[in-house]
Amino acid sequence: MEGIDPNRVDEIIDRYRGERGILIQLLLDIQAEFNWIPREAIMRISERLHIPKSHIYRIATFYKTLSLNPVGRHLIQVCLGTACQVRGGPKIMDRIKESLGINEGETTPDMRFTLRRVNCLGCCAMGPVVVIDGIYHGKVTPSEVKGILECYK
Amino acid sequence: MARIRSKKDLLKLQESILAERRVDKPLITLCSGTACCATGSDAVAEAIKAELKKQNLDVVFRRTGCHGFCERGPILTIYPQGICYLNVKPEDIPEIINRTVKSNEIIDRLLYTDPNTGKRIAKESEIPFYKYQTRLVLGDNVRIDPRNIDDYIAIGGYQALAKALEDMTPEQVLEEVKKANLRGRGGGGFPAGRKWEATRNAPGEPKYVVVNCDEGDPGAYMDRSLMEGNPHRVLEGLIIGAYAIGAHHGFVYVRQEYPLAVKNLTIALDQAREYGFLGEDILGSGFQFDVCIHRGAGAFVSGESSALMTAIEGKVGEPRPKYIHTSESGIWEKPSDLNNVETWANVPLIIQRGADWFRSIGTEHSKGTKIFSLVGAVNNTGLVEVPMGTTLRDIIYKIGGGIRDGKKFKAVQTGGPSGGVIPAQYLDAPVDFDELTMLGSMMGSGGMIVMDEDTCIVDIARYFVDFLCDESCGKCVPCREGLKRMREILDRIVAGRGREGDIELLKEIAQVMKRASLCALGTTAANPTLSTIRYFHDEYEAHIKEMRCPALVCKDLISYYIQPDKCIACLLCLKNCPSGAIEGGKRKIHVIDQTKCIKCGICYEVCPPKARAVVKISGKPVPPPLPESEREITKRKK
Repeated sequence: MEGIDPNRVDEIIDRYRGERGILIQLLLDIQAEFNWIPREAIMRISERLHIPKSHIYRIATFYKTLSLNPVGRHLIQVCLGTACQVRGGPKIMDRIKESLGINEGETTPDMRFTLRRVNCLGCCAMGPVVVIDGIYHGKVTPSEVKGILECYK
Repeated sequence: MARIRSKKDLLKLQESILAERRVDKPLITLCSGTACCATGSDAVAEAIKAELKKQNLDVVFRRTGCHGFCERGPILTIYPQGICYLNVKPEDIPEIINRTVKSNEIIDRLLYTDPNTGKRIAKESEIPFYKYQTRLVLGDNVRIDPRNIDDYIAIGGYQALAKALEDMTPEQVLEEVKKANLRGRGGGGFPAGRKWEATRNAPGEPKYVVVNCDEGDPGAYMDRSLMEGNPHRVLEGLIIGAYAIGAHHGFVYVRQEYPLAVKNLTIALDQAREYGFLGEDILGSGFQFDVCIHRGAGAFVSGESSALMTAIEGKVGEPRPKYIHTSESGIWEKPSDLNNVETWANVPLIIQRGADWFRSIGTEHSKGTKIFSLVGAVNNTGLVEVPMGTTLRDIIYKIGGGIRDGKKFKAVQTGGPSGGVIPAQYLDAPVDFDELTMLGSMMGSGGMIVMDEDTCIVDIARYFVDFLCDESCGKCVPCREGLKRMREILDRIVAGRGREGDIELLKEIAQVMKRASLCALGTTAANPTLSTIRYFHDEYEAHIKEMRCPALVCKDLISYYIQPDKCIACLLCLKNCPSGAIEGGKRKIHVIDQTKCIKCGICYEVCPPKARAVVKISGKPVPPPLPESEREITKRKK
């Protein structure tokens, strides 16, 4: 695992200087910066803000957006909101899982893809929806999955 | 920009904004909500800007919030004519500008076509999807750029606040909202005025007001569209509420999954501060109030009021027992009032037009309008605002345009994971808080998911239980363990391993969860299961006793089969099958090897419509494969 730049963590901590109840906001910023919550960042927050590590881990494991594992180069989000469920979302999820050989929440060994399930992106008109790196793929059919994945190296 | 110090100042500002904006000047608006952005609104906007610059035209271009007709986005409207184009692409832009903006011609192919009459409709307001709606809350989305406070002021924004601060006492504001009987739009339908009053009267300072924009119900996105498309409206309602309650600090809790809402709200807060709608001495009244944004980090249970307040404190967003109400002890144990986005957005209307006017809309116990997100197997997916009491049939058929692909309506699910399904026999039920509860569902935040005959009702129950199982915080046993056991039972039913007595067991667990869970997540968690059992008992029985999925959905209960007499040997399924389960060749009838089939459904999808050879079979054995010698296609009768 490559080390992370402690200055960047410090910068984020400094944004919230003197404010109350900021731990979740801070971890969200760390997540946005590094795409995951590295162990070093947790240590640094604990040290500087005198928050027990156990407490930070509790928050980081409770909330879905926060990830304690590094994310692959491309993040796939498969929407399984009710509308997408009704329009065949699970079939798309199955295809992606089978194509990549990983389960929900996992990353391919080559760090190419991380697969996540999301509970509604609010683009129900396009369902079933798959978002890869922020690009929306709407009305996806199982046979299109392979072609879509090939666009991301 | 100078701070506004009185109602008079505000009216003057409105006048000067309007004077600057000549109504005869052409105006192009483009829907820029999340859904339209996903379908290319950004590229269309770039094309418009480029074309206007290239031709050096004096045309106003405005990017508005969500118009709600997400099925046909991006939506572009040209004023003063009010011509509305749907599914607009960047390459359409030069033509739109040359023909419609400059020469006043209408481009037929971009208009809405009525699927029944084939008639083309040019005006947005004439399209059936909009025509049958009453858009009191959502309507302004199409008129303003959410990032420009002047747009909001131009249409009369913040005048309700000015009226409250200048002409009314906090008590009068409170009384007006109580009299209007505004019920919470986020789920339970608790009267907002009573909540305000309890917080106002609770001992302890400071008091807090909170906007709940943690719209967690899958398939519901009306709060996001309001927050993205008209943040000042929500903010105005919040400031009025804070004034009535006596709070000087507010929070807006927004889901992290809604980045555009966070962005537009941040801009709105800055602009409101500049004009003096927030901060010290608001509009010269001496009232002081400010707001900060708290981004949620993704936890469904954190949408519950006590859990949300814990999350605002930076802790794990779990609910706590509520024998002490949050109105007495909420954020940092101070009196806190929480209402959902749509509830707050209704407040300026009530103050501006009066409680009597508000009470004239809706049913006896549910006043005003409600926004629904109409999604699923319906033709016109989008946001629908109708008076309380409108029937499901009107919403789904008149506005929603009926069921997709000519399929049959099966049920509509309302209330998200806490709600239930409503079958066809109740399509004429008027939609309001009490009626939906009576039918075994609930209003919830307004998700309305339409299901057609291809939806398996047991699978839907399993879907919601699975969702809640993931989202249960695990603090109380009935919810944590009850959901797990329910999921086990439903998992085995959809897998064809259901047992005699499973349905009764589900009901029993549901009873315990309902009575013993800590928060509303647990007490309502069984609703989807109970309501599906109530209305679709026979489908459960079919799964358990006949190992048959009537909707042909449950993977373990269906098989794919190619009908030999229909196969045209086109090789499509064979080429696309990811598991190599199809045998066949040129002029050879294709056969699925059932032992290799992973039931991905691709063969079913790619089989050409003229053949329709692939079918799904459930509840009976798959016919044996044709012997090798009979697979040759020699001559086929036409």
